[in-house]
Amino acid sequence: MTADITFDLAAAPLRELNAALHQATGESNARRWRVLNPNGRHAVAAGVNAPLTIEVDGHVGYYCAGMNQQARVIVHGNAGVGVAENMMSGFVHVKGDASQAAGATAHGGLLRIDGNASARCGISMKGVDIIVQGSVGHMSAFMGQAGALIVFGDAGEALGDSLYEAKLFVRGTVKSLGADCVEKQMRDKHKALIAQKLEAAGLSGGIDISEFKRYGSARKLYNFHIDNADAY
Amino acid sequence: MCGIVGLFLKDPKLEPDLGAMLASMLCVMTDRGPDSAGFAVYGDGAPGHVKLSLRAAEGYDFQGLANSLSLSSGGAPKVAVRSTHAIIEVPVAHEAEVRAALAAHPDVAVVGAGARMEIFKEIGLPRDVAGRFGLEGMRGTHGIGHTRMATESAVTTAGAHPFSTGADQCLVHNGSLSNHNDLRRALRREGIAFATDNDSEVAAGYLTWRMREGASLGAALEAGLKDLDGFFTFVVGTESGFGVLRDPIACKPAVMAETDRYVAFGSEYRALVDLPGIAQAKVFEPEPATVYFWDRAQ
Repeated sequence: MTADITFDLAAAPLRELNAALHQATGESNARRWRVLNPNGRHAVAAGVNAPLTIEVDGHVGYYCAGMNQQARVIVHGNAGVGVAENMMSGFVHVKGDASQAAGATAHGGLLRIDGNASARCGISMKGVDIIVQGSVGHMSAFMGQAGALIVFGDAGEALGDSLYEAKLFVRGTVKSLGADCVEKQMRDKHKALIAQKLEAAGLSGGIDISEFKRYGSARKLYNFHIDNADAY
Repeated sequence: MCGIVGLFLKDPKLEPDLGAMLASMLCVMTDRGPDSAGFAVYGDGAPGHVKLSLRAAEGYDFQGLANSLSLSSGGAPKVAVRSTHAIIEVPVAHEAEVRAALAAHPDVAVVGAGARMEIFKEIGLPRDVAGRFGLEGMRGTHGIGHTRMATESAVTTAGAHPFSTGADQCLVHNGSLSNHNDLRRALRREGIAFATDNDSEVAAGYLTWRMREGASLGAALEAGLKDLDGFFTFVVGTESGFGVLRDPIACKPAVMAETDRYVAFGSEYRALVDLPGIAQAKVFEPEPATVYFWDRAQ
């Protein structure tokens, strides 16, 4: 990508970058940003609310693209804890692995992770779509309320524990299901949903959607029931 | 919080730079642990000798102490003083004799012992701690370090990490253990001594006890998954390498980087960014409840 603005974090502080990104409206010609030398810094490109494309060359620390709205943030490296946490809209693409709590509490937008995501991926997700081409760690989609988590690889222990209405699709094995999470029948509308999300992520073609299994809430923990006391 | 770093060199050409690399990693972790810092470096060892890492108050006359420890053969042991610490090197055959003599000096603590391991720790910012002991100039094959943000016990030098778990073995810990009081009582009955109220010292004592009962370090760490209640990421230094273990919930962060020349551990990736060739390193997060080892002997 040819950048309109290149920002080198080895030469200028992160606060300057984020302040400039917060000022940007996307209405000028300066829509394409490139960030050099992130060196694991936390909160790179957090809180952006404009139709920008931000490419980050290297590994980032915690909360990269947190609270994102509208922007496309592409990380050419790994992301630390809480990438795209509380994202509202836009697209965040991690080319490497993501650490824990990727996409936590995010309300909207699309998070694509090309490598693995570790524990608690999509914890308390509220509408975001998350596509992980590798595997996810334990307690993923814990208390997930809405949105879709699509995993090409395997899922760790307690997938979908205390799940509300987030839709979970895993192609590989699931080590164990969390409380109130069950495997559900994959219908045509679910296959269509996966196809639509993969296309949005630029991943359509070459993937046999019928290999995915669907998991969702058994809806038995929504309201307190004395028979379920052990599960709370 | 707390920060942990570890560095294991595969390429002997890097050995003169071990201390400088470790110091840089340690200082980046200052905002995870500004209360105290410490490190263990595995440097050169003399055959048939053991190094005792001693700690005492500022200005303590370690040379005088060494002179008073005149051995039954060969005169006073070799001593290297670094600020509040000193490393004395004694023939293995005289270790018990020297330890018995040191017991008469309650103002001197033995913080570690081994053929190659040297331990240094002090309260203060990591930069100051690394500086007062001259970490940058140290050479070695591997080392581990810790920056502490105290939660479970007081900010004291004795509460700083690493904690020795046996000859040439030590441990650094990020996290907090909730059953450390019960465990300390149980371990005291088994004859394990504790100097502080610190939870991490209990983890070190637990591993010492397990290994004394015949477990390998790997088996001792595995057993810890069952017996230690709480959050932990441990990095354990041994004579020939280092090990990593995270609790099953993986509450505390951990990032590793591996190249042809080294394996590095950091609580955050930031700690690793100054290492040579890091952009080409394989960077990954160690799995929870999984014991990892990098060993020179293998």
